Amino acid sequence: MNRGVRMVLFAASGVMLFGILLWGLRGLPPLGHYHGPYGDVLNSVAVYERHATDVVSAVNFDYRGFDTLGEEFILFISVIGCTLLLRRQKGEGQGEGGSKDEDESSDRRAPSPSDATKVITIGLVGPLIVFGLYIVSHGQLTPGGGFQGGVILATAPLLVYLGGDFKTFQKIISHTLVELAEAGGALAYVAIGFAGYVIGQAFLKNVVPLGETGNITSSGTIILISLATGLEVAGGFVLLLHAFLEQTLETLGGQK
Amino acid sequence: MLVMQATILVFVLVAGTAVVLTRDPRSQVIGLSFYGLLLALMFFLYQAPDVALSQVTVGTVALPLMFMLALARIRRDREKAEREEHKKENPKQARPEENAA
Repeated sequence: MNRGVRMVLFAASGVMLFGILLWGLRGLPPLGHYHGPYGDVLNSVAVYERHATDVVSAVNFDYRGFDTLGEEFILFISVIGCTLLLRRQKGEGQGEGGSKDEDESSDRRAPSPSDATKVITIGLVGPLIVFGLYIVSHGQLTPGGGFQGGVILATAPLLVYLGGDFKTFQKIISHTLVELAEAGGALAYVAIGFAGYVIGQAFLKNVVPLGETGNITSSGTIILISLATGLEVAGGFVLLLHAFLEQTLETLGGQK
Repeated sequence: MLVMQATILVFVLVAGTAVVLTRDPRSQVIGLSFYGLLLALMFFLYQAPDVALSQVTVGTVALPLMFMLALARIRRDREKAEREEHKKENPKQARPEENAA
């Protein structure tokens, strides 16, 4: 198929798609005029029913907690798949002649980070961890929760890598511990779900005392699930980072 | 508020187009990261702070990072293949890249 025919096809289908898109957009409710009943219902009952002031977290970790469980396992499986694909295979890292694969590329050797970069990145690690923990642990009160906080926590070792080098990165993370965090977080979510069965209720039923609205210990299982998710996401992302960095840097042997 | 919402929509439109039109993958990833930040700002201005927070962490940090690492990994493989090709063609010149720098 030559360029002309393709352009004609593109023009025809493009105009059609644009028309359908405009047609669909016309049917949207105007900004700020929500039609469906569920949002309004949840907004009015969530704080009373679940003692959680962030309704989004209440929806994510309680009202539709089962969907979030699925989402968490999507992440879990993706991380496992990535680490499986990126694992060190037999013969890899053994360059020609049996010697270790050396850094042959002229422009590959990363220059040591400047003092300014070092100061800023290393200085940011502490505040970042505190902020990540805050986001994870206050998911039921303010915007945030396990997913967002987990990613923030996982960027702390990345900053260490940016300000230092891969060896420091490896030194500060324990591979076993990170794996345990990922698997443990996923397991904890399911375990909290099964707690409902134990007292003869439905899966993921909010079985823990709800506490006082506005307190960090309020909202029952929502905060527990948020913590479990934070653990899983942080572990998963660090694991992913480790696998990628190991593949791109360590097999180069002479790095640093 | 309405002015800010309209402005951010235009920014998102421009940034999205720019990302699509960028051809070099590395610049594209940086552009994508910036576009993610604009999207996060848009979600925030449309009063969805939860989504904005997810967008900041995933769209501006995690996604571009994964792309960058994957690109680095691909580049390593390609350079290795090119080197071997080069060695086959010029067996006497052991490591010609050193002078090229």
